[in-house]
Amino acid sequence: MAGLGFGCLLLALAICAYGIVASIYGVRSGRTEFSESGRRSIYALAGILTVAFAVLEVAFLRNDFTFNTVADTSSRTTPTFYRAAAVWSSQEGSLLLWAWLLSLWSSLALFLTRKRMRDIASYATAILLGFGGFFISLMIFYANPFATTHPAPAEGVGLDPLLRFPTMMIHPPMLYSGYTLCTIPLAFGMGALLARRVDADWIKAIRRFAFAAWLFLGVGILLGARWSYSELGWGGYWGWDAVENASLMPWLTGTAFLHSLMIQEKRGMLKVWNVSLVLATGTLAIMGTFLVRSGVLNSIHAFGGATLGVPFVCLIAVLIAGSIYLVVSRRDMLRTEHRLDSLLSRESIFLANNLVLVGLCFVIFWGTYFPLISEALTGQEASVGPPWFDRYTVPLALVLVLLSGIGPVIAWRRATLANARRNFLVPLLTALVTLVALLGAGIADKPLAIAMFCCAAFVFGSIGQEFFRGVRARRTMAGEALPRAFTALVRRNRRRYGGYIVHLGIAVLFIGVAASSSFQHASELGLSPGQSTRVGSYTVRYVRPTATITPKYDEAHTGSTLSLGALLDVSKGGHHVAMLNPSEGYYASQEASQGTVGSLIGGQPVSHVAMNAGITRDVWSAVEPDIEAPALQRIVKVGNSTLSPEEALVAIGYLAREYLKHPPQAQFHFIVSPLVMWIWIGGLIVFGGGLIAIWPAPSVVRRRVAARARARSVRGLARA
Amino acid sequence: MVSPGEPPRAGQRFEILVAMNPARKRTVRLTVALSAAVVLASALIYTSFSAASPALTPSQLAHQAQPGRSYQVTGTVAKGSVHRGGVGGAVLYFSVADRAGGGTTIPLAYTGTVPDPFREGREVIVTVEKQGSSYVGERNSLITKCPSKYKTAPAGENQNS
Repeated sequence: MAGLGFGCLLLALAICAYGIVASIYGVRSGRTEFSESGRRSIYALAGILTVAFAVLEVAFLRNDFTFNTVADTSSRTTPTFYRAAAVWSSQEGSLLLWAWLLSLWSSLALFLTRKRMRDIASYATAILLGFGGFFISLMIFYANPFATTHPAPAEGVGLDPLLRFPTMMIHPPMLYSGYTLCTIPLAFGMGALLARRVDADWIKAIRRFAFAAWLFLGVGILLGARWSYSELGWGGYWGWDAVENASLMPWLTGTAFLHSLMIQEKRGMLKVWNVSLVLATGTLAIMGTFLVRSGVLNSIHAFGGATLGVPFVCLIAVLIAGSIYLVVSRRDMLRTEHRLDSLLSRESIFLANNLVLVGLCFVIFWGTYFPLISEALTGQEASVGPPWFDRYTVPLALVLVLLSGIGPVIAWRRATLANARRNFLVPLLTALVTLVALLGAGIADKPLAIAMFCCAAFVFGSIGQEFFRGVRARRTMAGEALPRAFTALVRRNRRRYGGYIVHLGIAVLFIGVAASSSFQHASELGLSPGQSTRVGSYTVRYVRPTATITPKYDEAHTGSTLSLGALLDVSKGGHHVAMLNPSEGYYASQEASQGTVGSLIGGQPVSHVAMNAGITRDVWSAVEPDIEAPALQRIVKVGNSTLSPEEALVAIGYLAREYLKHPPQAQFHFIVSPLVMWIWIGGLIVFGGGLIAIWPAPSVVRRRVAARARARSVRGLARA
Repeated sequence: MVSPGEPPRAGQRFEILVAMNPARKRTVRLTVALSAAVVLASALIYTSFSAASPALTPSQLAHQAQPGRSYQVTGTVAKGSVHRGGVGGAVLYFSVADRAGGGTTIPLAYTGTVPDPFREGREVIVTVEKQGSSYVGERNSLITKCPSKYKTAPAGENQNS
């Protein structure tokens, strides 16, 4: 089977090489049959990589430990669900996932543009196949997912327990889809420059893919935040970790592009800027992939012993040099068709939003790569922490949210005073009322959070007003009932109203971020059963310890041998709120030196967080039982010297009973965070709005026909 | 120049138009925007250097640490050094030794979240500040750098040593 997989990779590399040559020859010589053939090689690549991926997936599901990656990241005790997801937990498997998703998304993009822009699409095909070939070469020469060992080990190491969380199934594919989708606009942008066709055509063709990239990347980032919050015993959702930052940077430049492309479509402005943003987004996506694999920066995410730094640096250098060359050499074609009419116009608000987004991206870039920069400049490696990031990102985020409320309602070209009065009265009043209400409620000590709430209120006001006006217009014109008018409004202008919903979701999300980071109560302390503590306005009492020994079917179905936990009673003002049962899972290791009993629980322990999540606040808890307590360790020691591997589980049973009878003091971590739920709700709203905006309108064809007819009549009129 | 916040009065706009032709106006705008960007970027760069914590090994830290400045120390958790203390066991005491072995170990008192993979012998990164003769870890700054984070090390090596 491994031979089949590796054969697929070799064949895939050959297909890439052929496709690149065919596409470039096709477009250069004008022989379209070669361009066609180049495009079809992308489909072939998608097919062959699907086979390769299936081979690996089947190996994981069948516990075929002859595959090194299977032996390293899976085991028989790993539940089936996580075995299926373990494919992309290794360096090799994730490269294959990357290449596979790239081939699938590229095929879709090239299929949808098959009848248009032959020259641009041919160059894009060659570039996308170049990326595919790069990743396939990495697998063939550096990190082969189909490497085998004979004879196969009897048991695998198992999936890292930290990754045994349902999101693991969906977070990496989402993120990688986002990354790979980012390369499609890059390929078409470069193609447009190479073909010297830089009008808005290519932008229209890849607009939907740029949006999809943005959406997938955003969802991937949020799922990662969610995983961090509810799986790591840390309680935060964002830590300015290098890898988190790496995924955020292309998302920010992508957001900027989605806004500025509208200006190019409408006014023929910002061409250099747009094409640079597209190239930057694609390059940042590749850099994000590189960061995880190179080991150049300290990150909790980095792959162990990663050695793919050099090839990636070469690819990034080629991308940057190529982008700069193309933009500079084509600068004459990229002349703007119009000038900014006024600083008070939608164009300039979009431009401001672009500058803020790019500024944010620069701040994050500088902070993320600071250890490298500092070492290069001063010879001393140094790093900046979250406070440094917060100092710049918080004010920029405030401006950004405010702009997302101004942008939708300000007029194109030039806003007049009457226009401003008509559009800004309601949003300003909403913000003002919010401010008064907040100050009245006595929350005056967190000015940044208050500012964020007011900015969000401004967005609600402006977006709400837009919806209200649109619905009212439909009702008076078509006489429709309210719900019908609403759906018709959104259906007819998916992109516009979908975008508004996205703005709404972002405002909701930032309310959650501001509230949970500013008004959080946290406490870390040791408790014995019967003791209680206060966290914010809540009282938490450690009722009794809990223990389960279920090697295969522990509560969270993650395959831990033993889990020790605590039953907590949460109350507020004497009223019972919830019972929580956080625990820590202990997993088997493959370590003979730990002894028969010790190795059953000798793997990495992982917190199973328990929380009572609510609309207004989350009560979050994690526990770290003292498994090193002498009484417990004595059981392990005695078991190690007397029990055979088959009997070892008995000692774990004793250990659990001893823990329940004489529980040692356990360490707890409690957090009461207001409005965290709204981060996830905001994310869902953004996702929903994004889907609405991206969905092809049923009337696209009809409208295109209508537009053509209109153009004809306009020409006719002009002639007359 | 018209500041972005306020619409120009009719008279004012006229003056501007008379005083500057469009090309000149654009050049001025561009210069102002670019200088603002340069100023902001310099502030950013300056603060990043002053706010950064140098990354040091424990023995380097023992030589050159100054009180009141924060450092990021990378090393392994010394064997037998981990214990809890303080009110309710909220403070975690442990020593960090050089990765290469040998050298000085530095004792530190840390509060805040302890990552799951934290153990004796594991490689950790923590931001510390010298207070008197001992070191205090910055709250929640402890990162466990596990060489086998996604890819567990081969048996007999590194795991739980």
